Amino acid sequence: MPRESARDVSELVAAARDGDRSAFEELVRATHADTYTLAYRLTGDEEDARDVVQEAYLRAYRGLRRFRGDAQFTTWMYRITANCAATHLGRRSRHRHHDLDEAASVPDGHPDRDPQLRADGDDLRDRLLAALDGLPPRLRAVVVLRDVYELPHEAIAAELGISESAAKVRLHRARKKLRDELFPRREGRRAV
Amino acid sequence: MLCEELSEALAATVDGDARLGRAERRHVERCLRCQAEVVQYRKLLRAMRQLRTEVIEPAPGLLAEILAGIEEAGERHAIRSVLSGRRIAYLGGLAAATAAGAAGALVFATRSRRTRLAG
Ligand SMILES: [Zn+2]
Repeated sequence: MPRESARDVSELVAAARDGDRSAFEELVRATHADTYTLAYRLTGDEEDARDVVQEAYLRAYRGLRRFRGDAQFTTWMYRITANCAATHLGRRSRHRHHDLDEAASVPDGHPDRDPQLRADGDDLRDRLLAALDGLPPRLRAVVVLRDVYELPHEAIAAELGISESAAKVRLHRARKKLRDELFPRREGRRAV
Repeated sequence: MLCEELSEALAATVDGDARLGRAERRHVERCLRCQAEVVQYRKLLRAMRQLRTEVIEPAPGLLAEILAGIEEAGERHAIRSVLSGRRIAYLGGLAAATAAGAAGALVFATRSRRTRLAG
């Protein structure tokens, strides 16, 4: 499906920074599904993802003047979304428990995927999504931001409010947990 | 050296971010289990990067909610700069009403577009 925006993203950003609200609205139209996808990957919950996305665009709108034109708008949105998700999940975990069954039952919309890719990778993909869902949010955030969205360690650490070395420790721990889940060992522990 | 102890170190090397020490390298060279693990970490990373190509479409209404929120923030900002604090409560109410109206219109637009696409 073609994107509705006629204007280029960088032009829209420039216009929006000059106070053109319709340009910002066009940016939202062009990017909101992408932003929502990240929010959903981070929170594992449809309702949380909607809250996070709303908050992220509000912050982006208010902070647009601080956005440097040399950075990618989408990367900037990812960073804001990561920060909002961290805040949101922190707040949420103090109120109620994350319901894994509920999160796992939310369907994924991806109608345009190549049928051949589906045949080859869907089993691994589906198990990966389940494994991601099972990770504690603090580990999931780091591994999603790094391995899916390829944000730099420094950016991830900054948005999650942790040190870069802590971010790396979480990343490696998350990868190990995912690997353990996807490729369970048959033999026991042994020294070689 | 226990393979289990090496696992997080192997996880760190999968994207070229870190390198193994000499003793660890020598272990992996001779250990089929650790070699298999390296392959598994690569498969994991490929599957993770593949997720990046997927877009999860939000349920209808999200776009309208975002735009209404921004509109409201924009009105509040404009009012603040014009009136610098006077009669904010009254005009704030007006802004909220305007935003709600806009949201209604946009929800309608989104729905009709969806219907068209579905049909
Ligand atoms: Zn080994």
